[in-house]
Amino acid sequence: MDRLRFYLNDRLVEESGLSPTTTVLRYLRDRAHLTGTKEGCAEGDCGACTVAVLEEDGKGAPVLRAINSCLLLLPMVQGKRVYTVEALKEGGRYHLVQEALARELGSQCGYCTPGVTMALLEACHREDFNEPWKLDAQMCGNLCRCTGYRPIRDAAARVAGLRPADRFARALAETKPEPMELAYTAGPQRFFTPATLEALWDVLDAHPEARFVVGGTDLSLEVTKRFAEPPLLVSLEALRVLRTLEPRAGGHRVGATVTLTELEDYSRATCPPLERMARYFGARQIKNRATVGGNLCTASPIGDLAPVLISLGAEAVVLSRAGERRMALEDFFVDYRRTALRRGELLAFVDVPAQPAGARAIAYKVSKRRELDISSVSAGFRVVVDEQGRVREARLAYGGMSARPARASRAEAALVGQPWTEASVEAVLPLLDEDFTPRTDHRGSDWYRAQVAKNLLRGFFLETLSEPAPRLQERHAATVQVR
Amino acid sequence: MVAILSEVAPRESDVKSPLHAPALHESGLKHTSGEALYVDDLPLLPGTLVGHVIASPHAHARVVRKEARRALALPGVHAVLFAQDIPGVNDVCPVRGVHDEPLLAVDEVHCVGQSVALVVAESAALCRQAAALVEVEYEALPACLSIREALEQGSFLPHWLYPGPHLIRRGEPEAALLAAPVRIQGECMTGAQDHFYLETQASLAVMEEDGAVRLWSSTQHPSEVQEKVAEVLGLGRHQVTVEVPRMGGAFGGKETQAAPFAALAALGARATRRPVKVWLNRDQDMEQTGKRHPFWARYEAGFFEDGRLLALKAELVSDGGWSNDLSHAILDRALFHMDNAYFLPNVEVSGRVARTNQPSNTAFRGFGGPQGMFVVEEVLNRAAERLGLDPAEVRRLNYYHEPSEHRTHYGQLVEGNRLPRIHAELMASSEYARRRAEIDAFNAASRWTKRGIGYQPVKFGISFTTSFLNQAGALVVIYGDGTVQLNHGGTEMGQGLHTKMRAVCAHALGVPAEHVRVMTTATDKVPNTSATAASSGSDLNGQAVKAACEVLRERLRLVAAHLLQVDRAEAQGIVFAGGRVSHPAYPHRSLTFAELTHAAYQAQVSLSATGYYRTPDIGYDRKMGQGKPFHYFAFGGAVVEVEVSGLTGEHRVRRVDILHDVGSSLVPTIDRGQVEGGFIQGLGWLTCEEVLIDAKGRLLTHSPDTYKIPALGDAPEDFRVQLLERAPQDSTIHGSKAVGEPPFMLAIGAVTALRHAVAAFGPPRTEVQLASPATPEAILRAVEAARSVKR
Ligand SMILES: Cc1cc2nc3c(=O)[nH]c(=O)nc-3n(C[C@H](O)[C@H](O)[C@H](O)COP(=O)(O)OP(=O)(O)OC[C@H]3O[C@@H](n4cnc5c(N)ncnc54)[C@H](O)[C@@H]3O)c2cc1C
Ligand code: FES
Ligand code: FES
Repeated sequence: MDRLRFYLNDRLVEESGLSPTTTVLRYLRDRAHLTGTKEGCAEGDCGACTVAVLEEDGKGAPVLRAINSCLLLLPMVQGKRVYTVEALKEGGRYHLVQEALARELGSQCGYCTPGVTMALLEACHREDFNEPWKLDAQMCGNLCRCTGYRPIRDAAARVAGLRPADRFARALAETKPEPMELAYTAGPQRFFTPATLEALWDVLDAHPEARFVVGGTDLSLEVTKRFAEPPLLVSLEALRVLRTLEPRAGGHRVGATVTLTELEDYSRATCPPLERMARYFGARQIKNRATVGGNLCTASPIGDLAPVLISLGAEAVVLSRAGERRMALEDFFVDYRRTALRRGELLAFVDVPAQPAGARAIAYKVSKRRELDISSVSAGFRVVVDEQGRVREARLAYGGMSARPARASRAEAALVGQPWTEASVEAVLPLLDEDFTPRTDHRGSDWYRAQVAKNLLRGFFLETLSEPAPRLQERHAATVQVR
Repeated sequence: MVAILSEVAPRESDVKSPLHAPALHESGLKHTSGEALYVDDLPLLPGTLVGHVIASPHAHARVVRKEARRALALPGVHAVLFAQDIPGVNDVCPVRGVHDEPLLAVDEVHCVGQSVALVVAESAALCRQAAALVEVEYEALPACLSIREALEQGSFLPHWLYPGPHLIRRGEPEAALLAAPVRIQGECMTGAQDHFYLETQASLAVMEEDGAVRLWSSTQHPSEVQEKVAEVLGLGRHQVTVEVPRMGGAFGGKETQAAPFAALAALGARATRRPVKVWLNRDQDMEQTGKRHPFWARYEAGFFEDGRLLALKAELVSDGGWSNDLSHAILDRALFHMDNAYFLPNVEVSGRVARTNQPSNTAFRGFGGPQGMFVVEEVLNRAAERLGLDPAEVRRLNYYHEPSEHRTHYGQLVEGNRLPRIHAELMASSEYARRRAEIDAFNAASRWTKRGIGYQPVKFGISFTTSFLNQAGALVVIYGDGTVQLNHGGTEMGQGLHTKMRAVCAHALGVPAEHVRVMTTATDKVPNTSATAASSGSDLNGQAVKAACEVLRERLRLVAAHLLQVDRAEAQGIVFAGGRVSHPAYPHRSLTFAELTHAAYQAQVSLSATGYYRTPDIGYDRKMGQGKPFHYFAFGGAVVEVEVSGLTGEHRVRRVDILHDVGSSLVPTIDRGQVEGGFIQGLGWLTCEEVLIDAKGRLLTHSPDTYKIPALGDAPEDFRVQLLERAPQDSTIHGSKAVGEPPFMLAIGAVTALRHAVAAFGPPRTEVQLASPATPEAILRAVEAARSVKR
C-alpha cells in the first residue's frame, strides 16, 4: 500500500501527501476537525490526547488499546481502527463510561476528560480486570490537575471490565485484520512498514540510512518536541516473528516488538522481577505502544528494562541479512545511548536463560513520582546462594548510575564467596562508590543516587530473607518493600 | 451520587430547587464527550493565522539588534512584530500606574522566556521556521536568579506607594522573645509551583468593523484583557470585546498572565487584518509564564513549655520575578496568613518582594496564603518536636478564642471561629489519637519503613485584599417561553461556578436548572468585572445574579398578581417554585413560569435585568498594618497519614480525612470536588512538584516529563471528605462560603505527617530538617539527618 489507510470512528480514511510524521493528534485536530482530543504536552506524559485503537495483540487477537495520539504517527495506525472521544455517544445516548464519569463529577475543567474517558473505555473493555491495583495502573497515564483523582478512580471502579455490547464490542467481534504493510512517500519523507524480513532487508539495502521505529514512544519525541522531520523511517511493527513471547529452554524468549503491556502480563506468572519493573514503566498508554526492543535500543542509561534483564543474565539476539549474532546484554550497551548494533542490524530477541537453583532476583525503580516517571536510579539484582548459604554468583546491575546500564563489578566480585548476610552486604556497599560516579541532574543529586544505590542493595537483602521473595504489593510506598 | 440529567427537560411539576442540592457539573457530559469547546477548539475563520512568540534566551541581556528581513521573505510569513510596532502603550502590568511590564522587550530582556517579538504566519511550522531567521542580538548582562542572590544584591521590587517592607506588629515581640522559656529560630523556603492547567494559554483575535477587535481568550479576567488590549492597540475599551468560552484550568495562572498573549494575538490581527491565534505549547507555556512565588523566611519564636506560642518575629521575602505583576498583593496575603488559626499575642511580621531575572511570578491558588501559613506551621512543628508534644495538641492550644479577646495581628476580629468545633469533630471521626498510638507502635517495630500522622487546621480570609475589586455584575435575560439566559462576570475554569450560578438563578426564579443556560463570559454582557479569583467567584457573582433575578421577580410578581387574581397587597406572598407561580392561599390558581413570562411580554414588561453587588465594610490600612481586609473566614481541618521509606525517601499518603467549612453549600458535589482537588494540588506543591533552573536561569522542568504533578496513585486511596454540617454563614450568598483556595493549605498536614515519620528514624524529640518540596531526595536527607542524631 502506498497510501495511508485507516478507519477513523469506523469511517475509512485514505490520505496521501501528508507528512508520515504527522501525529494522529495533529491529524484529528487540524484535518479531521475532531477537537475533542486535546494536546496537553505532546510527549506522552499527560494522557489528554488518549484515543482508542483497535488492533491485534501479540497473539493476533483483536484488542482495544488506549494510546497517546500525540506520539502516534499516522503510518502506525495503518489498517487499524482509531476511535476518538466523539465516537462514544451513540444515537444521542452517552456511553456508560461517560455517564459514570459525569455522575462522579470526574471532570472539573474538562480538559483532561476526553483522555480520561478513552482510558476508561479501554478499562471497560478489558477482560483481565480482576485486581484493584489495575485501576491505578490503568489510569495513571492521565494527569488531572483539578479533581484530585478520587472521582476518576471511583468512575473507573464502576466501569472496569463491564464489557458492554457497544459499538466497540461489535467492532472487536467483527473486525477482520487489515495489513499494516506500507511504502509511503510524501515530499522528502518516506515511511516503510515491511511485512516480511526479506522485504525489510531489501529496504535496508536500498536505504542504509533508514531508522527503525516501533512504538514511537521515544522516536516521536524528536518530531513533537524538536520538530524534526526524519527522512526515512522503517517500522518493524508488522514483522510478527519479532513479537515472539514464549518460554524457551527453561527461560524466556522476548521478541523485540513485544509491548510492555504484553511483557507485564506475561511476566506476572513467569518472571516476577520483570513484572515489578514493567508495573512501574510509563503508564498504560505508553506500555500499550512501548516495546522491549525500543527500550533497549535507545540505550538510555535510565531505560528500565536493561538492569533487570542484565541481572537475569539475558542475551541480545541481533539479526541482519547475514544472519544472527548473540551477545550478553551488558555488552549490547557500548556507550551513552550507543548500542553494539551495526548498520543493517536490528535487535530481534532477548533471551532470558533459566534461573539457576538458589537464585534470588528482584528489580527496583526509584523515581520522583511513583507512577509515570523516569528512574532516578534503577536496579536489577540477582544473587545465587549455595546450600551453605554462600554467594556463588552476584549480578548487580544499575541504571542511572553511569553513562550506560552497567554492573557493579567490584561489589559483585567482593560478594562472591561470602555468606549471604547483612554483614557481607554492608561490607561491599562502599565498593559501589568505586564502581560508579553518578551525576547530579534534575532527577536527583549524585549524593542521592549513590545513597539509594546502596540502600537498594540493603533492601534487596532484607526482601530476599523470606523465600520466595514477596510479591509486589498493591499500592506500596516504596520500591523496596521491607519494614 | 447524582442522577444523570436526561437530555429532555424534566417535567416541571416535580422539579425541586437546585440550591443546596447535589448536582452534576454543568458541563460534565460535554467534557466527557468532547463537545465542550475551549479557545483552541473554536472553528476558525478562513485565513486565520498563527502567532508565535519569540522569547528571550537570556536571563538578562541588552538587546542590541533586531532584524526580521530574512524571516519576512519566507512565503506565508505575514508579519514579525517588535516593540516599535505597538500602536498604543507597550505595557501590560496589571497594577494601575506601575508600567513595569512591556509586552515586547524594548532594549533589555529581564528573564528567559520574556516576549521579544511576534511572528505571524500561515502555520505553526512556518512560524518556527521564520522565528529561526529572525535575528535578535543580545549582549548578556549579569543576572540575579534566586531570592538569596537578590538579598545579597539588594534587588527588590518596592511597592509603588509604600516603598518600605510591609510590616504588621502587635505587642512586644522582642521582650516576649527574651522572656520566653523556649525559643526556636530558623529559616525556611517554599518552592515555586507551575500551575500546570491542562489547557495552555490560548487567545484568538478577530478584527471587526471600525478598527474594533473581538477576542476569545482563556482568561480568568476578561475585563483586564479588554483593558490591556485596548491600551496596547490604542483603542477605547468600547472597541474591544473579550469572550471566555471556558478554561481548561487556570488556578491563578490566567488571572493576569493571559492578557499578554491576548494582546499579542490582537496586535497580530491588527497588523495583518486577519484572525490570529496565539496558543502556547506546553514547553512554551511553562517557560514563558510565572509560577507560584517561592518564599524565603527567617523566623524567631518563643513558646511556653506547654506549647503555647508567646511571640513570633518573622521576615518574609518572596521571589517576584522580573516585574511586579501581583507580587505585592500576594505578599500581603502571605503576611495576613502568618497567624493561620492561631492567636499571636506578640508578633512582628514583615515582607518584601525580591526582584530576580525569572518570569514574573503570579497568582496561584491561595495567593501567598499557603506560603505565609507554611512558616507558622513549621514553627509549631519544630516546637512540638522540641517539646515532645503532639503537634495537633500544640495547634489546639494556640487557636483563637472568643472574638472579643482575639483579633488577628492586623486587627480583624476572628468572628465565627469554627476551628474548635472542626478540631473536635475531626479528631473523633478520624480516630486521630488511636491511630497516632498505633503508628508509634508500628514505628517501634519497623526499621526501614515509618509512618506518620499530621493534623492541619486552616483559617483563610475571604475577599480580594485590594478592596475595590470586591464587586460583581450579572445580566439575566428571560424569554417569552420562560427560558433564561444567565450572564455573569465570573469565568468558568472548572471550579463549578456556572453550576452554582445556575442554581442560584433557577432557585430565585423557581425554574428548573435546565431552563437556565449559563452563557459564555463576555465583556459586552457584563462589563467592568474583577478577575474570577480569590475564591470569590460564587460569593460576588452569586449576589449579583440573585439581585438581577430579584428585580425580574418583582416585575413578574405584579403581572402574576393580576393573572392569579391576587390583591396587590398579597402579591408578596406569590411563590416562584418548581417552574410554577402560585399563591399558597389560592393553590388551585397557579400558572407556569412560561405562561407568566409570555404574559409579561405581552403586557410590555421588560424581561431582562442587571444585578450588581459589592462587599460592604471591608478595608485595610497598609501604612498602619491594620484593618478588616476580609469579609469572613473559611475554616477546615485535615488529618493525613503517610508512610515513608528510609531506604529511598519515597512516601505514600495512606489516608486523608478532611472536614471543611463551606457554610451552607450551594452545590455540595461541586464543593467536595474543590476540597479534594485543592488538597491534592497542595500536596503536589509540598511533595513532588519541583521547579528547577540551570545556572543561566533557564527552566529545566518545562514539561511533565520532568515536572511532576500528582498522578492518580499519589492521591490517597482512603480519602474521606466531609463538609461541615449546619454551618450557615451570615451575609453571604445563601449562607455559603468560598471554597476555591482554602483546602489547598490542608495539605500542609502531609508535611507534619512526614516529619512525624522522619522523626521516628531518630531518637525521641528529634528535630526534623525537611526541605520543601519533600521529594524522595529531600526526605532521604531528612531521614539520614534524623538517623545521625545522637541517642
Ligand atoms: C511518557 C513516557 C514515559 C516513559 N516511561 C518510561 C519508563 O518508565 N521506563 C523506560 O525505560 N522508558 C520509558 N519511556 C521511554 C520509552 O517509552 C521506552 O524506551 C520504550 O520502550 C521505547 O520503545 P518504542 O517501541 O516506543 O521505541 P521507538 O520510539 O519506536 O524506538 C526507539 C529507538 O529504538 C530503535 N529501535 C526500536 N526497535 C529496534 C530494534 N528492534 N532494533 C534496533 N533498533 C530499534 C529506534 O530506531 C529508535 O531509535 C517513556 C517514554 C514516554 C514518552
Ligand atoms: S498530549 Fe499529553 S500525552 Fe499526548
Ligand atoms: S478536570 Fe481539569 S484537568 Fe482534569
